[in-house]
Amino acid sequence: MLSEVRSPDPRGALWTGSMRLLIIEDDREAAAYLVKAFRETGHVADCAHDGLDGYALAREGAYDVLIVDRMLPKLDGLSLVRSLREQKVATPVLILSALGQVDDRVKGLRAGGDDYLPKPYAFSELLARTEALARRQVGSGTAEETRYRVGDLELDRLSHRVTRSGREIPLQPREFRLLEYLMRHAGQVVTRTMLLEHVWDYHFDPQTNVIDVHVSRLRGKLDKGFPSPIIHTVRGAGYVLRVDEGAAG
Amino acid sequence: MNRLPIDALNSPETGAARFQKLFRTTAFKLSLAYLAIFTLCAFLALGYVAWNARAVLDDQIVSTIDAEINGLSEQYNAGGLRRLISVVERRSREPGASLYLVTTAGGDHVVGNVGYVPAAILATPGQSETRYGRNDSDAEAHRAIVRVFTLPGGFRLLVGRDTEERDRLRAVIGRAFGTSVAAIVLLGVIGGWLAASRVLRRVDAMTQTTRAIMAGDLDGRLHVAGNGDELDRLASSLNQMLERIGELMRGMRDVSDNIAHDLKTPLTRLRNRADEALRRPSTPDELRAALEAVIDEGDGLIRIFNALLMIARLEAGSAREIMAPLDLGAAARSVAELYEALAEDQGFTLDVAAQDGVVVEANRELIGQALANLVDNALKYGAPPEGGPGRIAVSVWREGGRARLAVSDSGPGIPEGERTHVLARFVRLEQSRSRPGLGVGLSLVNAVVRLHRGTLHLRDNGPGLRVEVVLPLAQDDAADAVDLERLKTR
Repeated sequence: MLSEVRSPDPRGALWTGSMRLLIIEDDREAAAYLVKAFRETGHVADCAHDGLDGYALAREGAYDVLIVDRMLPKLDGLSLVRSLREQKVATPVLILSALGQVDDRVKGLRAGGDDYLPKPYAFSELLARTEALARRQVGSGTAEETRYRVGDLELDRLSHRVTRSGREIPLQPREFRLLEYLMRHAGQVVTRTMLLEHVWDYHFDPQTNVIDVHVSRLRGKLDKGFPSPIIHTVRGAGYVLRVDEGAAG
Repeated sequence: MNRLPIDALNSPETGAARFQKLFRTTAFKLSLAYLAIFTLCAFLALGYVAWNARAVLDDQIVSTIDAEINGLSEQYNAGGLRRLISVVERRSREPGASLYLVTTAGGDHVVGNVGYVPAAILATPGQSETRYGRNDSDAEAHRAIVRVFTLPGGFRLLVGRDTEERDRLRAVIGRAFGTSVAAIVLLGVIGGWLAASRVLRRVDAMTQTTRAIMAGDLDGRLHVAGNGDELDRLASSLNQMLERIGELMRGMRDVSDNIAHDLKTPLTRLRNRADEALRRPSTPDELRAALEAVIDEGDGLIRIFNALLMIARLEAGSAREIMAPLDLGAAARSVAELYEALAEDQGFTLDVAAQDGVVVEANRELIGQALANLVDNALKYGAPPEGGPGRIAVSVWREGGRARLAVSDSGPGIPEGERTHVLARFVRLEQSRSRPGLGVGLSLVNAVVRLHRGTLHLRDNGPGLRVEVVLPLAQDDAADAVDLERLKTR
């Protein structure tokens, strides 16, 4: 089968550019903190302090991702997103909310949001999710690949086979899905909650390090017999799958 | 303003406003409607009586006239006009006499006790009702029924009877009608007034109580008179509503008390860590470690906070709308699969025994969270006290028309006496257990189970704790499945 392997970057990242973000948040201190934090991580961020300003900016500006607080003066976050979607503005939206309950989440996504993050959150979580949304935007339009390759690691979604340097690595179905998600987001930090959401389809707080155990098992299988690890832990954030810079040649 | 009996209520309104309010009551409006109906009834009844009485009296008058005429005609036949005139003259003078009049063809008075009668009446033979006068002076003062005959020679004979008696009767009936209508109106207004003010008084009392409740007296309840009328029923269902609201309020208050209580310890710890790092001269690495520890404590706090908030929201019954049929066995397997690796690492075996097709109407996320909490608790507290590998069993089955789910461990369990205690103090973190989790974790499970209209039981696993959840089966699906089976067998 002819398969397209989209991985020009040896580190496995498909998208490494800096993001242009719009933060719509009425708490000026929080907004300033976010703008500063995003700038420090190499992105460009504008901000609006009420729903109407935010709506106008979001319609005009070419942003990669919108970060929208749910409770905003003049036009609330959900209505804003709904209006944008009605105007065919397809920019990915991440909704921030102090309401983190199950039904709120569903409402947020129903209004046209692409992701939902309850407050308070760690900036690393927000950054990882924003990057995932921005990359999804870049990658949209092309069909999902049937095969992922990062360095010497290859995953075939059709035959459910994983090989590293040509050697087959047997995986459990859940481990396969975990690796699939990591490879789709290769070069990019994925958090534990992102893994729980996308691999297990749960949005609750597991309260323990359940995900770590799964990742470390997968890591054990992938790295066994190879000199360089391919799944890296990012302290305080999550994991990233990439070829170690020293080994990538 | 007159002193109305209602003034005694020392209500703040003015008398006029009070009046308006009274007129607007349903009781008063109903009274007015009944008043109109009764008045109409009285009118119809008396009208019927009057009409019949008049007919009877008219008949009587006519038959009297007939008798007179018979007598006179005998006299006329026996003695001619002369005899008739003398008889009429005699009879006219008798007390209580009928009316007689004989005139010439030109209308001139010959004999009789009628002074005046319209000429048109005399001109037309036959019976009619007319006005007449006893003599010329009181021309048309009286009324009578008369019959006129033409005698040979152009003479006219008029025989009639005064209708005064009949008219008196009519007047009596008219007065009776007036009096009774007045009585009905008076009684109706008074009755309506009394009924309305009685209702109004009770409604006012209710309003006062509800205002007091709104002002903060949450223990206030509406007075129930005990006679079981509609106001009583309203009052008692409002009281039930207030009871439920009070319950929820108390629940919320408990939750906030518990939040304060449960967050104080970790907050103090967090503050102490930051304080300690500041007090001592530290290397950047030490400071970094301290900051990371502070963030960890912060995350822990957020976790507890979220769980408590979630419990409160679930207790309030929100999120009930996002339920769908859920295969409980599949949910159990999925959560077990999530925890299996962790369990193995911690020296536990985690087994799932789930029947297929145990479907409940549920929220997958919440059931998942509850299951995760139960398995997590089992991992934390379910290791055998004497050492050795721990066992956790998750089972799902159908029994007695209900879906059942159990998570059992091999730990020390909870002594029977303490189980109800744990259940009773669900929201509070269990202080006896040093690690946080069980209290909030089990409370959350309980809240989820209650939201799904189920029950939670703590049992002895001999040894260990067995937490059993009983949920109602998804009715529609079960019924559909049965229907499908029936269709297939046909």
